[in-house]
Amino acid sequence: MSINQEFKPKIVAFCCNWCSYAGADLAGGSRLSYPADVKIIRVPCSCRVNPMFILRAFERGADGVIICGCHPGDCHYSTGNYYARRRMTLLFSMLDYLGIEKERTRVEWVSAAEGVKFSTTMNEFVSAVRELGPNRRLGDLRCKD
Amino acid sequence: MQRLIDRMKELLADGTVQRVLGWKQGDLGYNPEPHYFNSAEELDEFIYDGFCGANLSKYMIKGSELEGKTLVLLKPCDTYSFNQLIKEHRVDREKAYIIGVGCKGKLDIEKIKAQGIKGITAVKGAEISGDCDELTVETVYGEKKVAYKDAMLERCHVCKGKEHKIYDELLLDSVDTCDGDRFECVDELDSLTPEEKFNFFRKELSKCIRCNACRNVCPACSCRKCVFDSNKFDSAQKANVDPFEESMFHIIRAFHVAGRCTDCGECSRVCPQGIPLHLFNRKFIKDINEFYGEFIAGEDAETKGPLTDFTLDDIEPGERR
Repeated sequence: MSINQEFKPKIVAFCCNWCSYAGADLAGGSRLSYPADVKIIRVPCSCRVNPMFILRAFERGADGVIICGCHPGDCHYSTGNYYARRRMTLLFSMLDYLGIEKERTRVEWVSAAEGVKFSTTMNEFVSAVRELGPNRRLGDLRCKD
Repeated sequence: MQRLIDRMKELLADGTVQRVLGWKQGDLGYNPEPHYFNSAEELDEFIYDGFCGANLSKYMIKGSELEGKTLVLLKPCDTYSFNQLIKEHRVDREKAYIIGVGCKGKLDIEKIKAQGIKGITAVKGAEISGDCDELTVETVYGEKKVAYKDAMLERCHVCKGKEHKIYDELLLDSVDTCDGDRFECVDELDSLTPEEKFNFFRKELSKCIRCNACRNVCPACSCRKCVFDSNKFDSAQKANVDPFEESMFHIIRAFHVAGRCTDCGECSRVCPQGIPLHLFNRKFIKDINEFYGEFIAGEDAETKGPLTDFTLDDIEPGERR
């Protein structure tokens, strides 16, 4: 029996309840595929994502983190994603500054009607992270096998 | 300095202020400490010299809860922090009588020690009465001369300017000390490869002993309850156990003060391990300036901070403008 040695990245996707989570649902309902490496965490709004969540995800072994929310202007809570956009811009730039490649972090706006976009985004993101290889920089050694 | 002491005694005597928040001579010649002086007699121990780098604005949070007015001495850079604290409703402007004191650049004893001078017993020439050109360092091995500029804190080389942003009256003269660009260090790091950047920060942050001095001194870190004190959070009040926790503490702390940090440089000054913590804050300040327009935290007490505001066509994460 041969063991598949190919690197399978662990991806954490924070999806907003109102748009992107429904978008993921639509992708599934439309039988569009996206890699099983993506683990979705549902949040009430992209603005709910505390920078600490992202660092924690990396600590616990994620190789990439993606945040999906409603398109700017479509937020269920009117303005949440505008604040999230500013925060994440700064945080990702900071992570890049610290040596965490900016390809490992991403924000994408996916509406509930964009099942196709959800699927292509995830496919793209996973292959980009696969190129980079495992995240060894921000991780808790105790969480590694 | 005598002019300053006389004025403070005058204000104490006529009842304008109940106490003075200033610097007291420390146990060594070069480590003055912040102190509340409650009477004119106590002021004998008062000192204001080149080593008085401590930013007193944060102490006014306590001062605002006390009875009557407190006279507080603020250097030009401290007034930015004070404005920021007013904006955040942490200090009461009515409770403070601000004397803006002049600044000729503040000294860093570590910089003197780094020049190979050991056994320091006293430093002369830090009285900032004259031009502040040269320091005479008395050591157990004899006297050594050091240029004032070479002993200055990093933050004074990239000074924001010697203009007080908030004050009731001004005393003593200032001298412009700025001779560098504060974002140069950020640009330098930004041009490195991810591997090099990571190794640099790993090297610096691995020195961290989680003494929390940077948090405790930071005027922007004035939350009544800090996330790093919560017992529901597993890195509360303990030493870092792994590289991740070292990085996380500093990234999160820098993020929490992003848009509110006035770049007063206190974090780097107090770090017992000499970690250049201002590098984190400078990166955020530089990004904010680049992405959302020039913003100087604490320039006034009204403008909305960049992270509590937005525009409809902000830059997307990961983009460069």
